[in-house]
This record gives sequence, C-alpha cells and structure tokens, in this order.
Amino acid sequence: MKALLARDLALALRAGGGFGLGLAFFLIVTVLVPLSVGPQSELLARIAPGLLWLGALLACLLSLDRLLALDWEDGTLDLLATSPLPLEAALSVKALAHWITTGLPLVLAAPVLGVLLNLPAPGFFWLVISLLLGTPALSVIGSFGAALTVGVKRGGLLMSLLVLPLYVPTLIFGAEVARRGAVGMETQTPLLMLAGITLGVIAIMPFASAAALRVNLR
Amino acid sequence: MSLAVTDLCVARGGVPVLTGISFDLAAGQVLILRGPNGSGKTTLLRTLAGLQPPLSGQIEGAEDQIAYAAHSDGLKSMLSVDENLTFWAQVFGRKDIDAAIEAFRLGELRRRLAGTLSAGQKRRLGLARLLVTGRPIWMLDEPTVSLDVDAVAMFARAVRAHLAQGGAALIATHIDLGLDDAQVLDVGPFRASPEDLAGASDEAFL
Repeated sequence: MKALLARDLALALRAGGGFGLGLAFFLIVTVLVPLSVGPQSELLARIAPGLLWLGALLACLLSLDRLLALDWEDGTLDLLATSPLPLEAALSVKALAHWITTGLPLVLAAPVLGVLLNLPAPGFFWLVISLLLGTPALSVIGSFGAALTVGVKRGGLLMSLLVLPLYVPTLIFGAEVARRGAVGMETQTPLLMLAGITLGVIAIMPFASAAALRVNLR
Repeated sequence: MSLAVTDLCVARGGVPVLTGISFDLAAGQVLILRGPNGSGKTTLLRTLAGLQPPLSGQIEGAEDQIAYAAHSDGLKSMLSVDENLTFWAQVFGRKDIDAAIEAFRLGELRRRLAGTLSAGQKRRLGLARLLVTGRPIWMLDEPTVSLDVDAVAMFARAVRAHLAQGGAALIATHIDLGLDDAQVLDVGPFRASPEDLAGASDEAFL
C-alpha cells in the first residue's frame, strides 16, 4: 500500500501528472469573482465562505477524471486486481493520494485566496478547519464516481452528474461551518455533521468503489 | 501447487463463448492455448485470473497463485524501468528485482523512463514483471507480441527456468515458443453453441 501511495504521488508530481490542475482552477475562480462581482467589499465578505467552498469542490471535481482512467488505460487496474492488495485498500490509497495532491493544496491555498474575497478575520480559521474536514470526503466520493465510470470513454460528464449530488451534503455543511465562523456564530452542529459525513464516507465508500470497479473490469 | 479446471463455461458481454473446458495444470507443466481470433482465449484467461466470474464450472487452486499478463503491460511512462519493477515487486510483497532485470536483459535501460522505450523493450519490461511477482502460475495473453527473435528466445528461457523451479504456465499464443514438452489446448471445439445462451448473463445490473 505504501508502494502504491508513493507511486501515485510520484506520478502526480512528474510531467503530465496533473498536480496543480485543481489548484490553478481554484486560483482562477477566486481571482475572477471579485472582478466580475465588482468592488463591493460587504457583498464579497458575505459570499466569500460559500464561494471558496464551491471553488474547492469544483476544483476537486475537475481532477477526478484522472483518478482511475490512466491506470485503466495502461492495464494497471487489471494487474492490481490480480495482486494480493485488496481493491478496497488500493482505492482508499488512491483516494488518499488524490487528497494529498488536490485537496491538501486547496486547504492550504484557501486562506490566502480568502483575502482576495475580503473574508472576515474570524472566518479564516473556520474555513481551513471546514476544508480540512470536508475535502477528504470529496476525494473518497470522487473515487467512487471514478470507479463507476472507469470503462466509459470520455466519461467525465457522466461522472460529474453522478458525483455532484453526493457532494451536496458535504458542500452544505462545509460552507455552513465557514459562513457561521465568519460571522461569529456557533459552528458546532454543522462541524459535527461535516465530520460525521466524512468519517462515514471514508468507512463505507471504498467497499462500494471496489464493487463498482470489479464489475467494470469484467 | 496445481490448477484444476472442471467443465468451465465463460462468457464475454453476456454471451457464452467457451463451454465445457476441463484441464489440469501441475507444477512444471506448460499449456499452450490456441484458437483463432475472437475464439475466447483472452476471456478464458481473464476468468481464470479472477477478473470475471465463470458462468458455470469450477476453478480450483487459482486463488492468489496467478501472475497475469495481458495485452497491456501496466507500465507508467513517467516512471523509470527500475521504478516500475520495484513498484510491482512491492505490491507483491517482494524486494528483489535484479533477477528479473537480468533475465530480460534490461540492465542498460534501468534508469530510462518507460515511456521512452521501444514497443519490444516495453514488452520485455512487462514480462520481467512476472518474475518479480513470485507467483507460481503464469497466465500470459499473447506474450510475444512485438518481440524480436532473440527476445522470444529470452522469454522461452525465462518460462523454462520458471517451470524448472516448480512453476506452471498457461500461454495463449500463435507462434512456436520452442517449449518441447508443452501441451496444447485448442479452444476451437469448445466454442459455445446458441442453446448455451439460455439464461446466461454475467451482466451485474440485469
């Protein structure tokens, strides 16, 4: 499993690996929004938590296409399926590698980009916490979507349609934590819901992903 | 270590392609699968490797024993020859890749990225992967595609060495590998007939 994680990280960082794709998209969205909305700092401050969360979610979605498709094309998935590594573990590790290369950079970049959107000062802490808790769920749910559509040529659109509804709870509670934090309200309830969703998804999703992948490998 | 297949029926896309296949494969034996294109050799190998369920029949002794090599080699073009092999060795819980490098004469290419290799060199690297798995039963689907005469001989030597160590091999191929004691299974006579279609489906969602 360590070997798979190390390989996925090395591949992501080398040429054509797609590292930075999500980050660049996130950057573009958050830089362009103030330009399109106009210089109304109160309005920006109000929509900043939701916008940052939406940007992070779409950035994550953008990079899901590559999660399994590359391994499918060169036959690695077939060989992994016949290896001693259980598919559930392999998919969990791949989701973890995806989070490290996509989710984690988004979490780290979010406070910097929050400045551009005039995010109120108390919001920074809660934005980072909510993203840190929520983005692993995005990667794990994404690996399920990727496993479902892995054999489909140009399956990106289908995968987005399948995955987006599953992302909604994470988005609602994640953005709610950031919004409440920004205006100084109590954040405990949405924070617990967000953590619960993430933990539940990490526990259950790999089994669903592996089952879907086994069907697709036939 | 032995593989026993009894009255196996395999399907592709919900249509049975081969039926009534039975054979035994013991340590030190090699079985060559022959048959025209589309006769179901690949489907049979994928079923035996556990990638798809059989429609009926038993496969005994295949669990965690099989090193499968398909048309594509599962190589990452942005990793070097060494890194590719080391990765597969680690997945199979092993470390040593030198024997595999030696057997397929990849020594000079060790630091090259797999993406810069020629088709034949990639194939050699893909076959070297079999050696690092340490699995006793090799299942090879057209292993000699894009190999030159020397490399085919190299491959035949590797197969013989594997058999001498108590391994076994099941090879779908059209060329003569020069393996003297190879048994041949022609899949032609086992082609599934239309009446086998009744109730046969491997589709998960139907």
